[in-house]
Amino acid sequence: MADELLIRNGVVYDPINGVKGEKKDICIRDGKVVDSVTNPKVIDAEGRVVMPGGVDIHSHIAGGKVNAGRIMRPEDERKGVEPKTKVCRAQSGYSVPNTFATGYRYARMGYTFVMEAAMPPLAARHTHEEMVDIPILDNAAMPLIDNNWMTMEYVKSGDTDLLAAYIAWMMKATKGYAVKVVNPGGTEAWGWGKNCNLNDTVPYFDVTPAEIIKGLAEANEKFEMPHSIHVHGNMLGHPGNYEMTKDTYDVVKGIKPYRDRPTMHATHTQFHSYGGTTWGNFESKADAIADYINENDHMSIDLGSVILGDTTTMTADGPMEYSLYQITGRKWTNHDVELETGTGITPFLYSGKVSVHTIQWAIGQELALLVKDPWKVALTTDHPNAGPFIGYPIIISHLMSKKRRDESAEAMHKAIFDRAALPSIDREYDLNEIAIITRGMTAKTLGLHEHGKGHLGVGADADVAIYDMSPEERDAGKIQKAFLNTKYTIKGGQIVVKDGEVVATPPGRTIFVTPECDDKLTDEMLVTLKDKFAKYYSVTFNNYPVQDAYLPNPYEIKAPWRSS
Amino acid sequence: MVEVTDVVCSLCGCVCDDIVLEVENNEIVKVKKGACSVGKAKLLGHERIKSPAIRENGELRECSYDEAIKKAAEILYKSRRSLLYGWSSTVCEAHKVGVELTEDLGAVMDNTASVCHGPSVLAINDVGLPSCTLGEVKNRADLIIYWGANPAQAHANHMKRYSYVSKGYWTEEGKKGKKMVVVDVRKTMTAKMADVFVQIKQGKDYQVFSALRAILRGHEDVVPDEVGGVPKEQLLEVANMVKESKFVMTFFGMGVTHTGARHNNIVNAIQFTRAAHLHTKASIMPLRGHYNVAGINQVCTWETGFPFAIDMSRGYAWYNPGEQSATDLLYRGDCDAAMIIASDPGAHFPGESLKHLAKIPVIQIDPYANPTTEFADVVIPAAVSGIEAEGNVYRMDNVPIRLRKILDTDYLPDEEILQRILTEIRAMREKEGE
Repeated sequence: MADELLIRNGVVYDPINGVKGEKKDICIRDGKVVDSVTNPKVIDAEGRVVMPGGVDIHSHIAGGKVNAGRIMRPEDERKGVEPKTKVCRAQSGYSVPNTFATGYRYARMGYTFVMEAAMPPLAARHTHEEMVDIPILDNAAMPLIDNNWMTMEYVKSGDTDLLAAYIAWMMKATKGYAVKVVNPGGTEAWGWGKNCNLNDTVPYFDVTPAEIIKGLAEANEKFEMPHSIHVHGNMLGHPGNYEMTKDTYDVVKGIKPYRDRPTMHATHTQFHSYGGTTWGNFESKADAIADYINENDHMSIDLGSVILGDTTTMTADGPMEYSLYQITGRKWTNHDVELETGTGITPFLYSGKVSVHTIQWAIGQELALLVKDPWKVALTTDHPNAGPFIGYPIIISHLMSKKRRDESAEAMHKAIFDRAALPSIDREYDLNEIAIITRGMTAKTLGLHEHGKGHLGVGADADVAIYDMSPEERDAGKIQKAFLNTKYTIKGGQIVVKDGEVVATPPGRTIFVTPECDDKLTDEMLVTLKDKFAKYYSVTFNNYPVQDAYLPNPYEIKAPWRSS
Repeated sequence: MVEVTDVVCSLCGCVCDDIVLEVENNEIVKVKKGACSVGKAKLLGHERIKSPAIRENGELRECSYDEAIKKAAEILYKSRRSLLYGWSSTVCEAHKVGVELTEDLGAVMDNTASVCHGPSVLAINDVGLPSCTLGEVKNRADLIIYWGANPAQAHANHMKRYSYVSKGYWTEEGKKGKKMVVVDVRKTMTAKMADVFVQIKQGKDYQVFSALRAILRGHEDVVPDEVGGVPKEQLLEVANMVKESKFVMTFFGMGVTHTGARHNNIVNAIQFTRAAHLHTKASIMPLRGHYNVAGINQVCTWETGFPFAIDMSRGYAWYNPGEQSATDLLYRGDCDAAMIIASDPGAHFPGESLKHLAKIPVIQIDPYANPTTEFADVVIPAAVSGIEAEGNVYRMDNVPIRLRKILDTDYLPDEEILQRILTEIRAMREKEGE
């Protein structure tokens, strides 16, 4: 078996290294990009688009809520069935595919890393069990640390160092990657069937969501954490929420990040960019949010762009899912998690015939087109909330083609012409910008570029996507087709997809962050935490942390305490 | 003598994880804390299957693991349509190999939920499940409803650890600050502890749920004077308790899943919970039996898309319970071999289904002999998960917990037995291919 690979004459887009569509060879040895090779197997990429493997910053692919979505929706599983092959396991599902299908379909789109967006700490073992069953993709998961009683108590008492010690312990106990925040305070209030605005007091805990976000951002920067806090703010999906969204961004303004990265990543921003006061006068405020992002440098966002059709919405934002279920009357699953978080799941159909859905559809793309610097924007659908990840190529084709957008808009509800800005925007993304929002920006924002992801410089992981299209291609349909199934996907130097078919399924690695915290501080924190276990948790302290057995292919990133 | 703490019980869906044992000379000599009487009996051990065995001329002949595994592989390899059934009393690591084996053989995989909370799963397919972890109940619930369930005898630690008797953050007074309603056809031990006992007529659960829904949705005028044997005043009393509670939790058992309208009972129980949620915080949870029946549903779902009764003969997963579920498949004589692991259909399946099971070659994998052993053709003893083997399980609220290995053993864990059977089958296929 050749350990060397040469990708010859491709047109390379490697934004982290400033390579913008240059004809260039990529040399690979032992799973890494190298300077030169001696006796390689050669892939002729003549004139085709070559990019680093895709890096998804936010997608719900594994764990309790994804599986609850599957159990609740046998009709969705039936949609995506594909028989096993000599290489692949049997596949099921469309918006909530089984784990095998998840790996294959991402790999066929040229992705090699996916971040599971929300891991309930108490059920972290479940997330890891599923991630192990997702072939090919390297992965990581973000534990929810915002509605936790420990967090709220430390925020209230102002003990940022102890909060940091708690974050460190949780990150290690869950084998997690970054601090995830979902409807801070609101999900705890949902334990009583209530919800919280940004500046409401969380029932019984005497803190506000704004204070929780600020506290966590400050505590996060106590370490050399590769990623900022990753925030799903309050009042997601409510008309008129854009003002609260901007207020949320303001909360962390002035907190200094440990390195050159944002202080907060605001996720699925489409759902947080709503104007109007009711569903009747609902309108896009993507322009206001984009203006904020353009004027400030402490924020990054991902889109949460809508794919029309049926999907399964799922989030730790329990009250939001309840509101959605009350609107549709469809199936509804809820799963509150003691002392920590919650879960809500309900199916949803985005229809181009409905004014609100049409405007939502426009907002995601408006955000991408109105934020000037693509290094602040990541392509996501908040899979499967605004639509399944398999729809990424549809979004790419729209961002790259004004003509395609106009054709789509014509067929949709006319509200798009007076309550959204999309039809008036002329900007078209080029392939370099697409490479930024699908790998460069995402790898950098997650801090994974320092660990070989999202670029093709010497020493990088040999994760490469070769798309069967010329860089001059302007036909939106052909662009979409090319981004759905690669000519080749190479993962760690191994060809895993060829001509759109999965040909090998090596296991992925799970990347986790170990924040390093002073023992004395940890011990002080543990007194409080152990009391919580003794009195309130339903499992013991010793049975809580994720055992090493759950990560057969681990990759550890250490995050030292900052001496300053 | 060594004291072992944080031991996880592998008996029922409560999965108690605070057990303290004393271990001496590779033997559990005392259960010091944490387990109920049934869990204690399992931990202290009882009669095991001593050796792998193959049935010859009607008698089981003891043999080596190698021979039994090879024989099992031959049976499955020759079978055109086999049933792989059980799975609820073993760990998820074994489940994963089971799914792979099912896929490899194009077999049907079903688990004990099929004859247990299968109707609950069908209801969740239909309407979803508003639920929570057991710690939420412990910390918040001030009204507990047990419906068609008798945890005092079937899940002996349930009330103490998680519900009526437990103490939590907003429930520091324990049962003093809570109310309990029990709905059942007879006055069970649990019912005797209840503040309100609602005695319904056999099979009338659906109607009683409907009446409560109507009241909670403001339509008490349509409710007749008596529903399912329950006077209207009592229905109003229960509905009122729901309205006045801060957090109402409903647990239900086999009394609801297997009577009258079956899975529609559970749909209605969930709709009752949704109606209650208009007034208070309301959640509902099936009381799962085996310690990892929730786990086999989880693993099957993330690996195949479906929770039970999965037919892989098409090369992809096909889900149609009532057709591919084990009892139905056997009833129609629609499989020609069976592997039974970590369960006992011999004691629990309907007679007509068992008739076919007794006719076809049967492989049994289990630590303990049971009625299924009486007709099994290959018997493969396994290590006891949670005592002699570790692995992941899902509690009834789907919280994943890792079973610990306490004792050393020469018995093979389920996962390894299955992996070796799969390897044998693949080797046979490769040989034939040559």
